[in-house]
Amino acid sequence: MSEAWLVVLLVGAATVAIKAVGPVFLGGRPLPGRVQGVVGLVAPALLAALVVTQVFAKGQSLLVDERLLGVVVAAVALAFRAPILVVVILAAAATALARALR
Amino acid sequence: MSADPPAGTEPRGAHSGLRAGVRAVLPFSVAVIGFGLSYGVLARAAGFPPLAAVVMSGTTFAGSAQFASASILEAGGAVGSAVAAAVLLNARYAPIGVTVAPILGGGLWRRLLTAQLVVDESWAIARRGDGTFDRGRLIGAGLVLYVAWTSSTALGALGAGFLGDPNTFGLDAAFPALFLALLWPQARTARAITAALLGAGIALALTPVAPPGVPIVAAAVGCLMGWRR
Repeated sequence: MSEAWLVVLLVGAATVAIKAVGPVFLGGRPLPGRVQGVVGLVAPALLAALVVTQVFAKGQSLLVDERLLGVVVAAVALAFRAPILVVVILAAAATALARALR
Repeated sequence: MSADPPAGTEPRGAHSGLRAGVRAVLPFSVAVIGFGLSYGVLARAAGFPPLAAVVMSGTTFAGSAQFASASILEAGGAVGSAVAAAVLLNARYAPIGVTVAPILGGGLWRRLLTAQLVVDESWAIARRGDGTFDRGRLIGAGLVLYVAWTSSTALGALGAGFLGDPNTFGLDAAFPALFLALLWPQARTARAITAALLGAGIALALTPVAPPGVPIVAAAVGCLMGWRR
């Protein structure tokens, strides 16, 4: 079997299992009270972690590049209550423009 | 419908939830297609047959892990490193899966299959203001993303429709902008803002010292620890 297929099968099987573990073992039932209380905080923590790593991380290094401009533009657009589609387009356009001008 | 619908979680109009999820996710599908095309191209360069690239998109269905493992193979890395990197990057789906478990009921297979539609975007789109999740929105958004991701991978892997580096179009800024937009309405309470700052701080602090993926999981888990009483 080629290396590529081996990676496809191993990563695919692992990911299917990781995604399934919560719903398969806890699916369809309300979470225990103790868990319920903190689960609501996973979303803001995780979303914020995704934002900062996708803006500043490249592999294991942290750097400031054109992505930051895009996300700052997105934040300004959000402050002006722009629709989400507009926010995303402005962020991509600002980053693309900054790269083109570099 | 399952024999034991979870109390209060089957929305009155499941179809309207489905449609709302489809509508909400369409804007992001453009960016997802751009990355799917480039993933297909990268996978070919890394020695994946086109079918392997498509099978990976259909089973792993998580962009960052797929890019990471293909890049490692392409750079001559070992299978073990490629698999480990991808698994670490996807480890966040364990806590994410727990958060959506209450709305994913039904038989074992149904739970297992619907869980596969959970990706960052469909999960965030399905979240309601009160911290619960909407099953219809999750499935609607997840299905659109699934079709967009696998079909664009196929196009990229077959060499059709290659547009160049998607980052030229700023698509790498589209995803953090999307996640910021989804975070924005949630950052209303002091607890939510504290959690967001804590998550961002943990992720940034660990990025230089931990393998990619670990900082994200630590942000979620660290938050749980911080609030456990």
